Amino acid sequence: MSAVLQVQGLRIGYHTAQGRVEGVDQLSFTVHPGEIVAVVGESGSGKSTTAAALIGLLADNALIEAGSIVLAGEELVGASNQRWRSLRGRTLGFVPQDPGLSLDPVKRIDTQLWEAMTVHDVPRPLAKTRALQLLEEVGLKNIPRVARSFPHQLSGGMRQRVLIAMALANDPALIIADEPTSALDVGVQRQILDRLQTLARERGTAVLLITHDLGVALDRADRLIVMQRGRIVETGEARQIFEQPQHAYTRQLLGSAPSFAQAVPVRRFVPTTPAPSSAALLQVDHLRKDFSSWRNPGHAAVDDVSFSVVRHATTSLVGESGSGKSTTARLIVGLERLDAGRVLFDGEDISQYSRSQWQPLRRRIQIVYQNPYASLDPRFTLEQIITEPLQAFAVGDRASRSARALSLLEQVELPRRLLHRRPGELSGGQRQRVAIARALALEPQLLVLDEPLSALDASVQAQILTLLAELQQRLGLSYLFISHDLAVVRQISEQVVVMRAGKVVEQGACEQVFQAPAHEYTAQLLADVPGRRYLQDRQEALYRTA
Amino acid sequence: MTQILNESLSANTDEVVLPQPRSRLSKALRLLHQRPLLPLGIAVLFLALAWALWPGVFSHYDPLLGVPAQALQGPSAMHWFGTDHLGRDLYSRVVHGAALSLQATALAVLIALALGIVLGVVSGYFGGFLDAALMRLVEVLMAIPALLLAMAIITVLGFGTFNIALAVGLSSVATFARLVRGEVLRWRGSVFVEAAISCGVGPWTIIRRHILAHAAGPVLALTALEFGSAVLSVSALSFLGFGAPPPQPEWGLLIAEGRNYMVAAWWYTSLPGLAVAAVVLATNQVARAVQGIQR
Repeated sequence: MSAVLQVQGLRIGYHTAQGRVEGVDQLSFTVHPGEIVAVVGESGSGKSTTAAALIGLLADNALIEAGSIVLAGEELVGASNQRWRSLRGRTLGFVPQDPGLSLDPVKRIDTQLWEAMTVHDVPRPLAKTRALQLLEEVGLKNIPRVARSFPHQLSGGMRQRVLIAMALANDPALIIADEPTSALDVGVQRQILDRLQTLARERGTAVLLITHDLGVALDRADRLIVMQRGRIVETGEARQIFEQPQHAYTRQLLGSAPSFAQAVPVRRFVPTTPAPSSAALLQVDHLRKDFSSWRNPGHAAVDDVSFSVVRHATTSLVGESGSGKSTTARLIVGLERLDAGRVLFDGEDISQYSRSQWQPLRRRIQIVYQNPYASLDPRFTLEQIITEPLQAFAVGDRASRSARALSLLEQVELPRRLLHRRPGELSGGQRQRVAIARALALEPQLLVLDEPLSALDASVQAQILTLLAELQQRLGLSYLFISHDLAVVRQISEQVVVMRAGKVVEQGACEQVFQAPAHEYTAQLLADVPGRRYLQDRQEALYRTA
Repeated sequence: MTQILNESLSANTDEVVLPQPRSRLSKALRLLHQRPLLPLGIAVLFLALAWALWPGVFSHYDPLLGVPAQALQGPSAMHWFGTDHLGRDLYSRVVHGAALSLQATALAVLIALALGIVLGVVSGYFGGFLDAALMRLVEVLMAIPALLLAMAIITVLGFGTFNIALAVGLSSVATFARLVRGEVLRWRGSVFVEAAISCGVGPWTIIRRHILAHAAGPVLALTALEFGSAVLSVSALSFLGFGAPPPQPEWGLLIAEGRNYMVAAWWYTSLPGLAVAAVVLATNQVARAVQGIQR
């Protein structure tokens, strides 16, 4: 069987004002028809550079220095722009990462689909009928309405389906999917990947799936290419790599992927003495917040939500995007006014507090945000960022605050030399550590963690989780942990609250919820976690042999 | 079959290599390439500033003392810009006029900037009824042509250089207020501002440390741009006779005096006019460059 894509000894360098920066090196692999090959690696491993090279859209300062890319028998290194244009879309389909940015916002879906075909000389009437057919193939319902919609009228999952339809439009031999589902909820993610996989199988299209999510790779790929720092460190059959990883990096990657580490909790906090006041630190009663109006109807963002956060332990709020978890958090920390209900913090009703009444509470409740790229002022140095809350409460003088910033940096395991750097010079994981250090500066009792890991790589996630667990044990913190990632939640929490469409559908002790989910939605969420399929298969296999 | 490649790469990945930001020199070179006239613009501005600060260094003629025998002479080595109808050296009058005109301009921009920032911050950050009321006021200000508004203000306040500055400043408050309000709204919604709020940082500290620091760039660019138009407005008002009384060598006044001799003495209006035009164009260049740097 001849390969669709053959890459040999590819080397790409980025040429900047400071000299050459390595992109990828010694890249060699082949993709056969009907095969799904996953490229996995963390950010900075050269996955996206590889994808860009394969569709001929490298950045201006990137240069292919050696090697060859042969697609369907044609050498593409050094091909003209014109040649590339005729290949893209016809022989080469591309599914981009962000469905929110990749469709033209001022054109209707069907027009965009026609265009994908007519640029490759498909006659217009044929393109029109084929567009509807494609939308159906990618599993969209109510096709006529979707076809006449503008991108903003569709959900993220629908948009990603449209993009897949576009990639399939001209029956390409190879589809390159660059993180096609990383912006989507697990349920939608599973549906999209199912579609992609079925279509590839039916048509014999080869798929190169680029992903940072090992679970996705394991569930979907036949073969795996593990990349680190621009090089391939391991390739082979997907299952074999997962069962017997050979390279140290692969083992590390596997070890840190939450889906596979789920059997082993990071830690289980054992209170040496049962907490003297066993009453909950935070209690939320029948919380309600409605953003809808007559012009913009919808269900309440938070509807009759009640739960409590135990002292010195972690309570998690889980749910898909739009389930009201973040709004709940914002209501609790007083960034949003609630419509009804009560919030009791340490026995005190804080739900109707004014800004000045909140001021003393800010010392005791702190929040860590989802995106460490947005939550730190890019103009501040780390010292300024970490000492800001201290300054706000006039704690100590300048020198003592600075010393405190240093010790906090150490607590979150960052090197002291970073004190006078700015966030722009740090990686995502380091930034999140800074955000945690800032939250710890005032020695709060309750830390609200709003999706603190979702912007980070798997191995960095594991490091931050360990850090959070250690800090909790050392400082006796209570966490309200908000996440869409069940695997992570399972590792860190004692209590789990599952939310859906603004309502709590299930809550209880962590292991109980995970072992025997009482609500079907929870069960569904659990089943959708990437990597689950593989684990189930393996368990069944073990069961059969036993 | 599983293949291992590059065994030598360690499993440790904590150091992130980020590309260094571009050096200052290469940035400056690129800016120069985009705006080749920028150095000239800066030179003109510095010259005008030097005229305003040390007029005696640039011209040894008395700007107020006329020599009737030398009235209405064309430009020559003796009198670079020629002389006026009273025999005063025009170059010397332009140089000495710089102080008056630039003072008024700077004061006008300063007034507009200060008031604009206050209005913009108050209405952008605190919102609500105050915001609605202030923005309607700003809209009313914007609906009236700036020159007309300035003239109306001067008629109320009386003539004089300071009043010109006040009038021009007040008539361009609206532009600043709108820009600042937009910037405040933009940064007010950002996550790091929310993070600061939830750390217990007070509103004024947030405005000062986070919001104004980020808004500084666009505001600076607008300030430079407004400086150019303020030079023009101040000159226009003094041309119309609202400024300093006649013996004073204000730029607009020079142009106005020369109007009557346009046919006989072309240099009388043109050369002071060119000086004004050069300053306006120069500030425009600088403003565009400032805008460019921020992108």
